[in-house]
Amino acid sequence: MTAPHVLEARDVIAGYAPDLPILHGVSVHVDAGEVVSIIGPNGSGKSTLVKAIAGLVRVSAGNVRLDGRDITGVAAHKLAAEGVGYVPQTGNVFATLTVRENLVIGGAPLAKAAALDRIEEICTIYPILEERMHDKAGSLSGGQRQILAVARALLTKPRLMLLDEPTASLSPMAAGELFDAVRTLAEGGAAVLMVEQNVKAALRMSDRGHVLAEGRNRIEGPAADLLADEGIGEIFLGFRRDAAWKEGAG
Amino acid sequence: MILQHIADGILSGAIVALGAIGLSFTMKMLRFANFSHSELLTWGAYSALVFLAFFSSFGGFFDQTIGPFSFGADLLLAMLCACIATSIIALLLHRFVFERLSRMAGHMTMVFASFGVALTLRHLVVLIWGSDPIYYSRELQFAILLPGNVRVMPDQVFLLGLTVVVVIALHLFMSRSRTGIAMRGVAESPDLARASGVNVDRIITWVWAIGASGAAIGGVLYGMTVQLRPELGFSLILPLFAAAILGGTGSLYGAVLGGLIVGLSENLSVMVIPTTYKPAVPFLLILAILYFRPEGIFGERSR
Repeated sequence: MTAPHVLEARDVIAGYAPDLPILHGVSVHVDAGEVVSIIGPNGSGKSTLVKAIAGLVRVSAGNVRLDGRDITGVAAHKLAAEGVGYVPQTGNVFATLTVRENLVIGGAPLAKAAALDRIEEICTIYPILEERMHDKAGSLSGGQRQILAVARALLTKPRLMLLDEPTASLSPMAAGELFDAVRTLAEGGAAVLMVEQNVKAALRMSDRGHVLAEGRNRIEGPAADLLADEGIGEIFLGFRRDAAWKEGAG
Repeated sequence: MILQHIADGILSGAIVALGAIGLSFTMKMLRFANFSHSELLTWGAYSALVFLAFFSSFGGFFDQTIGPFSFGADLLLAMLCACIATSIIALLLHRFVFERLSRMAGHMTMVFASFGVALTLRHLVVLIWGSDPIYYSRELQFAILLPGNVRVMPDQVFLLGLTVVVVIALHLFMSRSRTGIAMRGVAESPDLARASGVNVDRIITWVWAIGASGAAIGGVLYGMTVQLRPELGFSLILPLFAAAILGGTGSLYGAVLGGLIVGLSENLSVMVIPTTYKPAVPFLLILAILYFRPEGIFGERSR
């Protein structure tokens, strides 16, 4: 018998209003050590999918499993304690709180002593957080905020990390560093599900990819195959069959 | 003369601040203006009356006044019990009215419901205790003469001292404890707090309990230094909102500063306008702050 996927979302129907689903039966799975990218045009339901998995959007049909256990409808704070880390697209830090207070909140599911030990460990991985420990998170640069958001999600040593456009508004260098951190996270055994607008960069560092359109799965497969498929750019992502897309595949 | 007005302003501002803390947090976290919050001051003050009668019945140590004050240990214990009783009332209102409405209806419905709750709470007080003014104690007190010919009653000094203690305790709670930090996180972004592992429902329970306890203490202090009457909370509704909006919703320091500004403005205004117009001062403050700085003094500007 094969081991269950770390994450398996099957036929998920979800949305913000009961009669107005954004997702119409989306399925996705992620295994340990794997990075899976969700790509698609604006409004395709990428962020909604991640929020539904994180327990922030109600799933009206279908199910979500974590290591084979049904977690559909489980409250978000319980999922965080179960090992689901989530970094939202916008407003991903508590801007009015200090860096330390942000990390303390991330350690909410842990016992107090364990949380403080873990904050120390995290600061050795990201020394910038130690330097800015008592500064307001709102005073950090975009890249530093993303590091703080990822660090806060890492406090509970998540088995599944959900990243919603982690490189949005980052400089190319900061985005590259963040992708390296994501790769390192996966190499450490975590399953990573990432929504990205920077399609080519995301697919280059992912193992597999899913293309969503209008709240439905359209194409899925190894990231390298998706990168090589010129049709994806044209049909779903609005790219023309130009040199830039081909260049991205190389 | 002006120093006396400043002293009176600080004293009335302290009561407003205690009431505004809870209002400010519920406005920020539950995203609605709770017009019934001021009635929690009334219920805090009147429920203390019940516990006061209970503890006074023991006589002896409980019944003796402390130093120059008009009250004894019985009123302090009654105040503590009133905090618990008012917290239970607030949590019942949350559980059976506001939480249900937040799921089933919009925030505007919750605002209107809070008007209904306020009326019900106020008239229940009249039904149970009557509409005549009541005093915790009829002990005569002599004013203390301070430099500048300022006169304050010993009970008013206690009021100010207790307010400072409550604010320091809340400051330590909000900045040092994990629950307090989580509370500030929920005030800023409930969803991010949830996704970070914070049990937001538990935090909201804390917010109601802290807000109701602050209101109960404010109500008892008002009753101690003025008198108990069913309109106690209703008369403070505008000052409470002015303080919460002025300081910035969700900010402890904002509510305290807002309360002091409201208290001082009201009391200093009588030097330039007839006393009849004093209740209009908080209303003018609300208009001014909404016009010039809608997010309040300590509030974050929305982007």
